[in-house]
Amino acid sequence: MNVFALFYFPERQDIDMKMEGQVRIPSGCAIAAVISRDGSKMSGEMITNAMRPMHDRSNGLGGGFAGYGIYPEYKDFYALHMFFDERATRKSCETFLKERFEIVKSERIPTRKIPAITDEPVIWRYFAAPLKSVFADLQLTEEEFVARTVMKINTEMKGAYVFSSGKNMGTFKAVGFPEDVGIFYKLEEYEGYSWTAHGRYPTNTPGWWGGAHPFTLLDWSVVHNGEISSYDANRRFIEMFGYKCTLQTDTEVITYIMDYLIRVQGLTLGEAASVIAAPFWSTIEGKTDLDDKRKHTYLRTMFPSLLITGPFSIVLGFNGGLMALNDRLKLRSMVIGEKDDRVFIASEEAAIRTMEPNAENIWAPAGGEPVIIKVKDGAF
Amino acid sequence: MLLNAKNLNYRVLNETLRKVDGDCNIIECCGQRYIAAGMSDQNITVNGIPGNALGAYLNGATITVNANAQEAVGDTMNAGKIVVHGNIGDAAGYAMRGGRIFVKGNAGYRAGIHMKAYKEKQPVMVIGGTAGSFLGEYQAGGIIIVLGLGAKEKEIVGFFPCTGMHGGKMFLRSDCRNVRFPSQVTARTATKSDLEELEVYVSEYCDLFGYDIHEVLSSPFTVITPDSKSPYKQMYVAN
Repeated sequence: MNVFALFYFPERQDIDMKMEGQVRIPSGCAIAAVISRDGSKMSGEMITNAMRPMHDRSNGLGGGFAGYGIYPEYKDFYALHMFFDERATRKSCETFLKERFEIVKSERIPTRKIPAITDEPVIWRYFAAPLKSVFADLQLTEEEFVARTVMKINTEMKGAYVFSSGKNMGTFKAVGFPEDVGIFYKLEEYEGYSWTAHGRYPTNTPGWWGGAHPFTLLDWSVVHNGEISSYDANRRFIEMFGYKCTLQTDTEVITYIMDYLIRVQGLTLGEAASVIAAPFWSTIEGKTDLDDKRKHTYLRTMFPSLLITGPFSIVLGFNGGLMALNDRLKLRSMVIGEKDDRVFIASEEAAIRTMEPNAENIWAPAGGEPVIIKVKDGAF
Repeated sequence: MLLNAKNLNYRVLNETLRKVDGDCNIIECCGQRYIAAGMSDQNITVNGIPGNALGAYLNGATITVNANAQEAVGDTMNAGKIVVHGNIGDAAGYAMRGGRIFVKGNAGYRAGIHMKAYKEKQPVMVIGGTAGSFLGEYQAGGIIIVLGLGAKEKEIVGFFPCTGMHGGKMFLRSDCRNVRFPSQVTARTATKSDLEELEVYVSEYCDLFGYDIHEVLSSPFTVITPDSKSPYKQMYVAN
């Protein structure tokens, strides 16, 4: 890792759509997020505008958002957001889904035609409940069944991608600049208690609709600024547990790792953060709190293949909260601020000031130090 | 001249700034990058949040920021002065080779990374609060001072300070009991002559931000210098 390459801010350039290995672009990327600890709702307009001052961190090859609490009228159903290459794929996918889910609503996701966003796939959403007889037969929990169905579609059904599969949340992503993507998806018409956002500057992989952030599974969503140098080690490990990395970009592996550590293994958010951004052995060795030392030794020993190396700042979204985390060397910028019941997270303070000019207590967490913000009990 | 930066693209803002004759007061700044890059002879005041690489390649101008600044302040700065009345982000003074940076509050990670000096070019960075990890990483010259004012229980510096340091000098206003330095540097208590050298820079800091210099200098300082002028001597071949 060459640290001198990190603070290199290239101009926007036009890039042919090339596959991994054929193109190398110095990285940028932007992330932002907001959450109301009281669970009060905010439209998606604020988070869209937050991306404007960070415009030059992206290059127009991907932008996206996740909103939580946006589907209160369907909160007990999984909201499946999907891309299809054509109508016929949608039809055959619907046949597949109907064998496994009760679909209570199926509709095109509303979009607005704007010159900045072109070549859109067929974008659809389904509010669905898995059929109990089906997942009980397979001896799977409802969530595991949904996760496996997502993996099955993304791996086996050509031209179909599930890009959001949680309850009472949804992601919205496209090829374009994030501020345009927000307008394209009419985010001002949604109300959520938390939002995350991403502007993409793809470094190693193609810019395509499925490759835009956030990457989601169930209600987990990840926006990520950085690149994972341990990607293949992480991928090989996580694929042993039924996850399939299909989206041609490194970030999706973080989503699956968090799902595995937290939902499947039962770790806390903080423990999961200590696995992926583990302190150096020398730092663990020097710890004077023996319980803490034992815990970190245990986590590094148990999950060595899930240490994520390389630069990252991420925001993990989930029902009821957000977690912000930097890589242990802190090779990416990230600041946090607050105002009243709201907490703001962004790659740059300018983005926070756009959301809330009077934000207070602006601070930068240390590398590997998770910041977890939850909506107070019962408020979402 | 008053320059309203609201919704101005960074390029337009900087082009306008270059044409200003005399001092300039920028208002409503919000993340525009490279402000005053390479400029040599003006006083520029920034209100709002300047974007990354503020004063990159600065060549003699003075920049005052009345808020926090983001990443890479004074990147490869050659001469001049940057005063920040708040905190600064990561990699401040990256490869800076002249001029001075004064930060009232805290610095992020990697402050003073690869700072260097040559003859009369002696860069100086004074951080009033605390510094993040990797302070003075690969420092090759110049002076980094951290005062730890208002640090309370927080350590004056994060993990791994002076990693790869092979030139220059660092002053930390602390006995550094809990700070672990790498093996190629020496940390010692500041002597009287060290303090005389320090006083010049600290007095400028105190004048800028309204601190009492006697109070600031009354605490013990630790001085860190590299052991050898060629720390990599034995790494590859003995020469």
